[in-house]
Amino acid sequence: MKFIKFLLLGIVFGIVMAKSEAISWFRIQEMFRFQAFHMYGIIGTAVTLGVIGVALIKKFKIRDFHGNPILFLPKEKSIVRYLVGGTIFGLGWALSGACPGPMVVNIGYGFFAMAIVFLFAIVGTFLYGYFKEKLPH
Amino acid sequence: MIAGIMFFLLYFGQSFGFSANLRTICGAVGLGKKAKFFDFNWKAQTWNLVFLMGAIIGGFIAYQFLSPANPAVQISQATINDLSKLGIAAPTSLQPVELFSWDAVLSVKGFLVLAIGGLLVGFGSRYAGGCTSGHAISGLADLQLPSLIAVIGFFAGGLIMTFLIFPLIF
Repeated sequence: MKFIKFLLLGIVFGIVMAKSEAISWFRIQEMFRFQAFHMYGIIGTAVTLGVIGVALIKKFKIRDFHGNPILFLPKEKSIVRYLVGGTIFGLGWALSGACPGPMVVNIGYGFFAMAIVFLFAIVGTFLYGYFKEKLPH
Repeated sequence: MIAGIMFFLLYFGQSFGFSANLRTICGAVGLGKKAKFFDFNWKAQTWNLVFLMGAIIGGFIAYQFLSPANPAVQISQATINDLSKLGIAAPTSLQPVELFSWDAVLSVKGFLVLAIGGLLVGFGSRYAGGCTSGHAISGLADLQLPSLIAVIGFFAGGLIMTFLIFPLIF
């Protein structure tokens, strides 16, 4: 039962992603070609509200429902991993038109070809884990 | 709405990052024996897998009960024109038939496009330590510099693919 809230949040996430068309390959192309505000509106709104909310959580030291402080762990400092990893991610994002969340929403939506993308995303993650020690971070 | 989901996850003591599921799945299928990176307590991430299941159901609900009368995405005319030069027709649904129809999937090139796209997303998201949800939403919301660098990378890769590689492969 403790997982039901995460299931419900996932369902809301899936519906929002599908209805906002953020799961569409076409919308991602439009974004990378800077030809519409659509995706920037979605991401921009989320980030703006996110910045305000995170600032409020920190200012008022809001706790989660377990009563624990909500912590924001600083990500480790590096440039190479974020820039190189990010660029590799971006290449795949533009090619497949989906990042990991929208991939599975697409599968639910009936675009089963996206299951191939998702499967290979798992393979890609495995390859990273396998070669992790040899990569610059 | 997306920010709302992030705050609910924070309130429930978790953090919003979808691509972590890819690592969790690797751990759950026993790949921890092959690489140390997957030898971790993946069961603590069960909530995120449940979230993933919810996302699939959400997509199904959106299609079954909430799909619009006209399923074609209303993208800008400029994008339609650019894509037609690459041989990709104007939208008839959310996704181009040239990439996601069964005909496309069963062709060598079509399969490779999907497979390589997935590989790059999976490899890149873990290398960068997060995807759109983890960096562009959660990370930027916390004004973290690493996330900004990652998002710059996302766009660098996306622009290289769109403007330099698409003309070669389509």
